[in-house]
Amino acid sequence: MLILDCPYCGVRAEETELHAGGEAHLKRFGPGSSDEDFHDYLFMRENPRGVHFERWRHVSGCGKWFHAARCTQTLEVFGTYSAQTTEPPQQITDAISAKRPGWTWRGLSD
Amino acid sequence: MSTRLAKQGRLIDRSKQIEFTFNGKKLKGFAGDTLASALLANDQMLVGRSFKYHRPRGLVASGAEEPNALVGLGVGDRFEPNQRATTTELFAGLAAQSQNHWPSLEYDIGEVNSKLFSRFLTAGFYYKMFIHPRPFWKHIYEPFIRQSAGLGKAPDTELKDADTYEHFYFFCDVLVIGGGVAGLQAAKSAAETGAKVLVLEEKSCWGGRTPVDGGTIEGLDAEEWIARTVAELEALDNVTLRSRTMGAGVYDHSYILGYERLTDHAPGQGGPRHRLWRIRAQQTVTATGAIERPLSFAGNDVPGVMLAGAMRDYLVNWGVTPGQKVLVATNNDDAYRTAIALHEAGVEVVRVVDARESGGGELSDRVRDLGIRIECGRAIAKVKDGKRVTKVAICAQNGEGGAREEIEADAVAMSGGWSPVVHLWSHCGGKLTWDETQAHFRPDPDRAPTGHDGAPFVVTAGSASGPLGLAAVMADAAAAGAKAAEAAGRPARTVTPIATSEVTEAPMEPVWLMPAKADIELRMKTWLDYQNDVKVSDVQLAAREGYESVEHTKRYTTLGMATDQGKLSNINGLAILADALDAEIPQVGTTTFRPPYHPISMGAIGGEARGEIFQPLRKTPMYDWHDSHGAHWEPVGHWRRPYAYLRSGESLHEAVNREVKNTREALGLLDASTLGKLIVKGPDAGRFLDMLYTNMMSTLKIGKCRYGLMCSENGFLSDDGVVARIDEDTWLCHTTTGGADRIHAHMEEWLQTEWWDWKVYVANVTEQLAQVAVVGPNARRVLEKLNGQAGGGQAGGGMDLSPEALGFMEWQDGEIGGFKARAYRISFSGELSYEIAVSASEGQAFWSALIEAGREFGVMPYGTECLHILRAEKGFIMIGDETDGTVIPQDLGLHWALSKKKDDYLGKRAQSRSHMTDPDRWQLVGLETLDGSVLPDGAYAVGNGVNANGQKNTIGRVTSTYYSATLDRGIAMGLVKHGPKRMGEVIDFPGLDGKTYQARIVDPVFYDKDGEKQNV
Repeated sequence: MLILDCPYCGVRAEETELHAGGEAHLKRFGPGSSDEDFHDYLFMRENPRGVHFERWRHVSGCGKWFHAARCTQTLEVFGTYSAQTTEPPQQITDAISAKRPGWTWRGLSD
Repeated sequence: MSTRLAKQGRLIDRSKQIEFTFNGKKLKGFAGDTLASALLANDQMLVGRSFKYHRPRGLVASGAEEPNALVGLGVGDRFEPNQRATTTELFAGLAAQSQNHWPSLEYDIGEVNSKLFSRFLTAGFYYKMFIHPRPFWKHIYEPFIRQSAGLGKAPDTELKDADTYEHFYFFCDVLVIGGGVAGLQAAKSAAETGAKVLVLEEKSCWGGRTPVDGGTIEGLDAEEWIARTVAELEALDNVTLRSRTMGAGVYDHSYILGYERLTDHAPGQGGPRHRLWRIRAQQTVTATGAIERPLSFAGNDVPGVMLAGAMRDYLVNWGVTPGQKVLVATNNDDAYRTAIALHEAGVEVVRVVDARESGGGELSDRVRDLGIRIECGRAIAKVKDGKRVTKVAICAQNGEGGAREEIEADAVAMSGGWSPVVHLWSHCGGKLTWDETQAHFRPDPDRAPTGHDGAPFVVTAGSASGPLGLAAVMADAAAAGAKAAEAAGRPARTVTPIATSEVTEAPMEPVWLMPAKADIELRMKTWLDYQNDVKVSDVQLAAREGYESVEHTKRYTTLGMATDQGKLSNINGLAILADALDAEIPQVGTTTFRPPYHPISMGAIGGEARGEIFQPLRKTPMYDWHDSHGAHWEPVGHWRRPYAYLRSGESLHEAVNREVKNTREALGLLDASTLGKLIVKGPDAGRFLDMLYTNMMSTLKIGKCRYGLMCSENGFLSDDGVVARIDEDTWLCHTTTGGADRIHAHMEEWLQTEWWDWKVYVANVTEQLAQVAVVGPNARRVLEKLNGQAGGGQAGGGMDLSPEALGFMEWQDGEIGGFKARAYRISFSGELSYEIAVSASEGQAFWSALIEAGREFGVMPYGTECLHILRAEKGFIMIGDETDGTVIPQDLGLHWALSKKKDDYLGKRAQSRSHMTDPDRWQLVGLETLDGSVLPDGAYAVGNGVNANGQKNTIGRVTSTYYSATLDRGIAMGLVKHGPKRMGEVIDFPGLDGKTYQARIVDPVFYDKDGEKQNV
């Protein structure tokens, strides 16, 4: 059972008080977008073995959404950070680079 | 025969005799016995029948790895199947029943069958046998398999478990699993650093098997050292010790489950029976010891053939010997300890058969000195079949089993070497390495399970790490304890060496088959997995048939798939597989170890969550009133809502029809408090609601209401409800009863993760308010009467409820009958209707006032079924009936609620995708049966032609169907292909009752099409 630190209330939260929200940093496509862009936005998701960025909600706690950077293979958590951003902050990508040199994820990399 | 010895038995108290029953037979044991040791003491060698062949089976082991001695324990509401005799502590009145036999344990029909048919019951037999002919499956094979499948008998489904269970949370620096000498030493080393330590031991006593094996630690006899160390640990504030508690599983991020059996040994003592420990430990030390492996020879499942270590346990711990003339077979030195123990207890050891050409070391010399005959390079060819051991044939190990010598013996002690218990290490990803010298898989300390920080969080200690000698075990344990404490953030300590006695042992030699080239007749009698009846020949057959992966072979042969999860059979089985595949054992690898280590009770997993407290129950402020006025309750999410209010002598159907008629003709009251009520407020609230609803909410005038639809980003309809504009920057959104929390979360998600710069705040005020729908031709009259009473005969400041002051789809704040209220003039029934919200604390008083004032107007409360019928008569959709997550508003003819002025709303882009605009999508229509009957719920309409499976093509389905008391006929709504263009057509709905229902496609509004009743 995973443990993630909620970056809002500071609580070290257990998986049972969290709600997983899928892939982080999706760009929304709405009316006017191409069929392909909209299809990819709705359905296409990363499924990496390794570094991944996810959305979580501290649902049985402060109620806030946040982001977590995590290794899907070892379940190591590189850090959690605000949901109000379109990309992970430098300190998170630095932490990943220190542990997983050469990592890549969507457009991001070491 | 097996019997109790006059002396010995370190765990039993001969002054306390205990009576118990086995298959109804009265037997006697002593305090400190397990059910297994007590059965052996009573010469009960035969304890059960095997799963597939119904072969007679006896005890093989002395601990939790026992595969055969599974019994049904207890009676009535305390009956439990598949309990291990070896882990069941004896208590007065214990009632055990053996399993898998008919008509009795001694004479079993299934055994006869297996003798006749066993050559058909090979690996994969179910797959091969039952595949053809196909129709046989349903009517012949499946009922047959269901008859014979399963171990033990399920408890009576009418009875509820009489015991209670609980969960317990614990946090510590170092968790030590296993209270043998290694676990105790590791705990001591960790505790010396000041770490908070928890030690779990599955048995009732501490020290593991060292007191049986003998030796000295720090100059003390093992038993004295254990007593001293336990006392030392108990005296420490930072150490908690729990016996009868198994470390059940190791999970992600260092989450560990412990399983404490509090009253299994003392039923009726009171308190919970089992306790599930939910532990977060910084570090876990697994000091789980090792399990002895059986040897694979023909007849190794005959009762009386037992693991050598187990036989020693029965002698030393409980003073029981399973035989009077014992043959010992081994490939390692440890079994010689059993020969010595037997000899010391006065039991004849007829032969030691050592498969190693060069024989054993120091211990074998001692055995020889005792005058016991040892034969090296020899093997057991076969143990004669029967209900117990009578004769053993021995032969050369390096042969096919010829040139046998027959030896009279009534028990066999076997040892194929020892394997560390690696389960807990492996549960969360710890990797193993193959140890050539010991011929076993042991934990690879460089590839430990890792936690949230990427650092290892499990350390092994003692023989769980691999070493078997006492000196190596103690050194490993002391280091493990210190290492775990340091990793948990405690100061590093240098480990001082621990002095122990030491015995020099000769190396073991792997023996996977006895004799090495055993012929097929022998291999078909050589058991690998006792519980699932898997033989050497089955694994070899699987390999020949192309099963190369150990995981596939496991499932094909069922090797290791029984309740013991292959604790005895795994290594032997995969060695046979490796040999058959001509591969090395480490290349074949092991199957996956999954928690729990042993089965744990469902009761413990459920804990306190059963019966009334299984989940919280939500009650509206008027719950008690409903309950005392005949409410027939319906669960709606966590809420309970009245389905209808039953009067005496009335059927449910009659009650519903009465409520429908009364509401249409006079006055009905509905408790609508469960409807979701969300306040959306802020400068950007209008803009936000325009994105969430398909229609325009920002333009709604203050004081007005609007019905709105919400869709997911996929375009599918997700919720509906009436929105009221409260002031310039405040809206109140009603959701469905089940949707309140979901829609609140939906709003929060978009606000926090997409439009986080928009200034909007959402609050769920559902439970702050009680809401009553006042419905029917007399709705206005009752409210005006209430107001008149409050004003002393005049309006008296009460709310003006006239159509001019409060029109349809308008709301107003004010006083009604002295209650501070907000009245919405909205209708989900088509009648003149007010939904009135008062504070939750005044809900019951307001409801009572309405009931009282409504008497002269024929007031009756109505429930959810009446609500459904009223809305269906009007063709109003219901989320969850007309929608199922694949329906878009366009399917339901709700185009009018889709704003064309807005550039964007959630779901808008999706609704323009090609499949969403397909004219062949099924669309909402009304359905009227030709004979007035009620269409079956969920029925499908069939059209012309058949699909690829030869089934009739479907062209629609029923989404809502009711008997309408108003119209005295069945009415229904449904989704039908090209439905709105087929008005008047008759389509067929085959029912499950064999009847075909014919229904005409009609307009979904069945009643008061022009809405005259609500606009008064």
